Amino acid sequence: MKPAPFAYHRPTTLDATLRLLAELAPQEGRVLAGGQSLAPMMAFRLARPAHLIDINAVAGLNGLAVRERGLRVGAGVRHAEFHRPVVDGPLGVMLASIVRHIAHYPIRMRGTFCGSLAHADPAAEWCVVAVTLDAELVAVGIKGERVIPAAGFFRGPMETTLEPDELLCEARLPLLPDDTRFGFAEFSRRAGDYAQAMALAVLHLEGTLITAARVGLGGVEAVPRRVAAAETILEGEVPGAEAFNAAAAAAAAAIEPLQDPQTDAQYRRELTHAMVYRALMRACPPPGAQR
Amino acid sequence: MSERVEVTLSINGRDYPLRLEPRRTLLDAIRDECGLTGTHMGCEHGVCGACTVLLDGQPIRACLMFAVQAEGAAIRTIEGLAAGDALNPVQRAFIAHHGVQCGFCTPGFLMLATGVLARDPDISDDELREVLSSNLCRCTGYQNIVTAVRAALAELRGGAA
Ligand SMILES: Cc1cc2nc3c(=O)[nH]c(=O)nc-3n(C[C@H](O)[C@H](O)[C@H](O)COP(=O)(O)OP(=O)(O)OC[C@H]3O[C@@H](n4cnc5c(N)ncnc54)[C@H](O)[C@@H]3O)c2cc1C
Ligand code: FES
Ligand code: FES
Repeated sequence: MKPAPFAYHRPTTLDATLRLLAELAPQEGRVLAGGQSLAPMMAFRLARPAHLIDINAVAGLNGLAVRERGLRVGAGVRHAEFHRPVVDGPLGVMLASIVRHIAHYPIRMRGTFCGSLAHADPAAEWCVVAVTLDAELVAVGIKGERVIPAAGFFRGPMETTLEPDELLCEARLPLLPDDTRFGFAEFSRRAGDYAQAMALAVLHLEGTLITAARVGLGGVEAVPRRVAAAETILEGEVPGAEAFNAAAAAAAAAIEPLQDPQTDAQYRRELTHAMVYRALMRACPPPGAQR
Repeated sequence: MSERVEVTLSINGRDYPLRLEPRRTLLDAIRDECGLTGTHMGCEHGVCGACTVLLDGQPIRACLMFAVQAEGAAIRTIEGLAAGDALNPVQRAFIAHHGVQCGFCTPGFLMLATGVLARDPDISDDELREVLSSNLCRCTGYQNIVTAVRAALAELRGGAA
């Protein structure tokens, strides 16, 4: 349970970080952000980086601000900052309600938003938020900057389209109009565990009809994604048990479920159905319902 | 083995100049290099919370941080909770409400609770229960731990009012 040896680097500027990454990534160098996934992987020796480039002292990465109708989350921003809404309106409330599902309080003190995305666990809550809202992810390297749409970022479990010498320096989440309705649901056996299935639903209504729907899934397939099959069923419908059940069934049918010893394919489909249904119900609770 | 580096850790107000490998976790350094064995080692991968310490007032898992990263931070461990013989309110509440059985998890819970109550005295009861689910206890069934921390919080609020 002890990590293998490595050399430690603690740059203080973005420039120095990118130069170190360019030089050391080919020699098994890696970014160290919150360390809440990397340190356990190193303890298990699932990861044996020869160099760690610690970004905790890098100036300018802690930005958390609204610009051009988007929330910009810098690479230094930790999960715990979302415990209270960071922006007015539905986005801040959404992030504050979802962050409580990520690991535990002391882990949220250290782990970062961007580190979660870069780590790309299929059941990471922030990854589901990023794909559901079509976030833009900003990667920088010594050769320059590129903006990667969330839908093109996740490639497989713990695999992204970031290059080894690139830093994910910012995530940009679109602000949500005030009348946006959202609901989130996840299932895990114990508080703080990675979920076996989760769903995020984001709806817009005009009058009594749903005019736009986003349904994102995590923990059920190799990568988090939106499920068009469920979204198209909802558009133009009256919100309620009937439409929500149909959408949940479509989502459950559309997936290629991950399988693990706790959760076989059939169980995961059933969990997917239940999570999508609950997320939609939380977005649009029937009149008089508790929640 | 990799090259050793010089690090000074500030723990409970005292400086510990050390030479260690970067791969040594903060937990290893606190226990083995500084001899402060009140911080316990359980899983070493972030699950159990036995290793919880305060880093600049924030409860963190000492097994998920490398000691070299803690240079310049104020670290507080279980040895730094009491002022002489005067136990802190959370320690007293754990005794009064029988929040301790075998005691293995206790330092971690005391640091967690002390950190959270100081940072967030307005915490709701639901949030408090959620926070206390961060650490594992195999003995008490949690109920007395929850009762103890609630009592410490009530004392803190009463004192502040
Ligand atoms: C017990 C436990 C339970 C957990 N439960 C959950 C959970 O329920 N849900 C959840 O989402 N997470 C969970 N986590 C993981 C936690 O959220 C991590 O904080 C997160 O996955 C990684 O963020 P980090 O900043 O700690 O990254 P690190 O651990 O520092 O890095 C993780 C990986 O990403 C790379 N990386 C990090 N930042 C960048 C960057 N800016 N640019 C490029 N590469 C980068 C690193 O090189 C490394 O490969 C849990 C962790 C533990 C220990
Ligand atoms: S020893 Fe650190 S969490 Fe278990
Ligand atoms: S008192 Fe024994 S593990 Fe908690």
